[in-house]
Amino acid sequence: MDKFEKVDGVAAPLPILNIDTDMIIPKQFLKTIKRTGLGVNLFDEMRYTKDGAEIPEFVLNQPAYRNAQILVAGDNFGCGSSREHAPWALADFGIKVIISTSFADIFYNNCFKNGILPIALPQADVDKLMEDAERGANATVSVDLVSQEIHGPDGGVIKFEVDAFRKHCLLEGLDDVGLTLQKEASINAFEEKLAVSQPWA
Amino acid sequence: MTAPRTIYDKIWDAHVVDQQEDGTCLLYIDRHLVHEVTSPQAFEGLRMSGRTVRAPKRTLCVADHNVPTEGRARGIENPESRLQVETLEANAKEFGVEYLEMLDIRQGVVHIVGPEQGFTLPGTTIVCGDSHTSTHGAFGSLAHGIGTSEVEHVLSTQTLIQSKAKNMLIQVDGELPDHVTAKDIILAIIGKIGTAGGTGYVMEYAGEAIRSLSIEGRMTVCNMSIEGGARAGLIAPDEKTFEYFKGRPRSPKGADWDKAVAYWRTLPSDEGAHYDKIIKLDASDLPPLVTWGTSPENVISIEGNVPDPKDITDAAKKAAVERSLAYMGLEANTPMTEIKIDRAFIGSCTNGRIEDIREVAKLVKGRKVSDHVSAMVVPGSGLVKAQAEEEGLDKILIEAGFDWREPGCSMCLAMNDDKLKDGERCASTSNRNFEGRQGRGGRTHLVSPEMAAAAAIAGHFVDVRDFD
Ligand code: SF4
Repeated sequence: MDKFEKVDGVAAPLPILNIDTDMIIPKQFLKTIKRTGLGVNLFDEMRYTKDGAEIPEFVLNQPAYRNAQILVAGDNFGCGSSREHAPWALADFGIKVIISTSFADIFYNNCFKNGILPIALPQADVDKLMEDAERGANATVSVDLVSQEIHGPDGGVIKFEVDAFRKHCLLEGLDDVGLTLQKEASINAFEEKLAVSQPWA
Repeated sequence: MTAPRTIYDKIWDAHVVDQQEDGTCLLYIDRHLVHEVTSPQAFEGLRMSGRTVRAPKRTLCVADHNVPTEGRARGIENPESRLQVETLEANAKEFGVEYLEMLDIRQGVVHIVGPEQGFTLPGTTIVCGDSHTSTHGAFGSLAHGIGTSEVEHVLSTQTLIQSKAKNMLIQVDGELPDHVTAKDIILAIIGKIGTAGGTGYVMEYAGEAIRSLSIEGRMTVCNMSIEGGARAGLIAPDEKTFEYFKGRPRSPKGADWDKAVAYWRTLPSDEGAHYDKIIKLDASDLPPLVTWGTSPENVISIEGNVPDPKDITDAAKKAAVERSLAYMGLEANTPMTEIKIDRAFIGSCTNGRIEDIREVAKLVKGRKVSDHVSAMVVPGSGLVKAQAEEEGLDKILIEAGFDWREPGCSMCLAMNDDKLKDGERCASTSNRNFEGRQGRGGRTHLVSPEMAAAAAIAGHFVDVRDFD
């Protein structure tokens, strides 16, 4: 996984509540056996007509937002299915940061495994960033993971929280499996104990 | 003496392999269910890093999302779906994991198969690359959905990196009225707390109404915990639970059985255990519920009307309601019972069990599906199908004009050929009414099996309590 430090980019506004993973990547694209190539189908049913033509009003189809790296969205982003295809599609499109008032649990986890930083902020801060985002390409936003700060286009600074372990993994681009395998002795010991106390489990 | 603990605390404590200073834990995973959609990239990851499946016996694979529900013996026509299912089979073989193939009678929706086989057991931790893994909480197991990277992590380490969630108690007292079901309980809860209401929590369901539910009903409740945003749902195991597992293929046997039951009896939450949040609900005044919008929290009594955005002051919520109504093709203030349907879908891991099919058969016996409605019943597993056929339920359903299908996820998410056409309206026993969920432009109303069956017969939603 690539290391994540800082993102300076255009933020796209998606002021919709409860954006679910079926919206982010509809099921017809889940038939793939690969992780890559899903970016073109990100938000497919909102982004294209049935015949595959772009819907010009959709935010990511607008010239100002075609290269957006940050999404500012309504509450409860990523609810629904556990499909990791959702963060794969976002990452493949180029999204590195998602800002909302809250995230669904599994989606939130999945983001970190794919180098995406989800940031939960109070409503007032999200409202401010939503306004900034609506100004398009002239208003870039900068997200610094090391200092846990978002710098808006007008110089405003918003602090954000992130779990220390997850921050460390993102900054270093660490692979969870590799980390866990370092604890193999503990897993072995746990299994030996379990075999005695709950042989059925 | 240790402080009183909830069932979640107990199962959690019993599975911590390692704890870091910041509280992040390595949690041991007893059971891992794998399906074709969220696993290919995980197995690919193992292959690329030269890793293996750590505990093949703790892993069970079954294809359910992509399988056809008609003419299965001919194989899968869609090449992408076929490749995904074949890939699962090949991966299972390569890594030495059991795979229930499509024509095996034990095949079905992964969350129905696990308990049927006794693979799911009380007190265990269970994961699957599927959000409705919360279903297994009905048996007092800590069960939740994970992403594909985590599937790979569990395959190779049999553990998961987790921070502990908070405890929420949902106390449902009172006795359910006739024709009001487990589905209505969980829809009512989601309507009350909202789809983000459970975020950061594990929900424990308790109270008289929950205890009185059958095992199948408890599964329906826990199944939709995820629609309330919770990481998992839990119901303490009791005699009904033990009875359910007795003699299942993978259940403990002999002395192990007695030892297991003794352990399972220690699982219920202790008196005085701490909950971070408590929600109360009275089941005795619940009506049958229907969703009107594109979020599972958009619930309303069958006696109610489509809400009017004019009555909503919060701008974001108003916009959400307007968007939902436009998508659903509904006018504000329309009585729910005047809404006509085109399709009815009975099935899924929410309501695809034998009990659901029995209820539907009882209701439709001697009646006919309305002329303009196409209705289907998709059993949750091959075993459910066989049981229903043994009881002659298939005949009753076919006689009434329902399609009787082969088991799988089917139109719950429409990855196979079973989908709604643009603009079609469906009474569905599944769990999600999101835009496009059952087919692009399709309009889903979530209901109980009896309500779906009654709507199929009447041609529009009806109050099943007055359905004669
Ligand atoms: S039946 Fe529906 S909710 Fe259940 S596992 Fe299949 S697709 Fe998911």
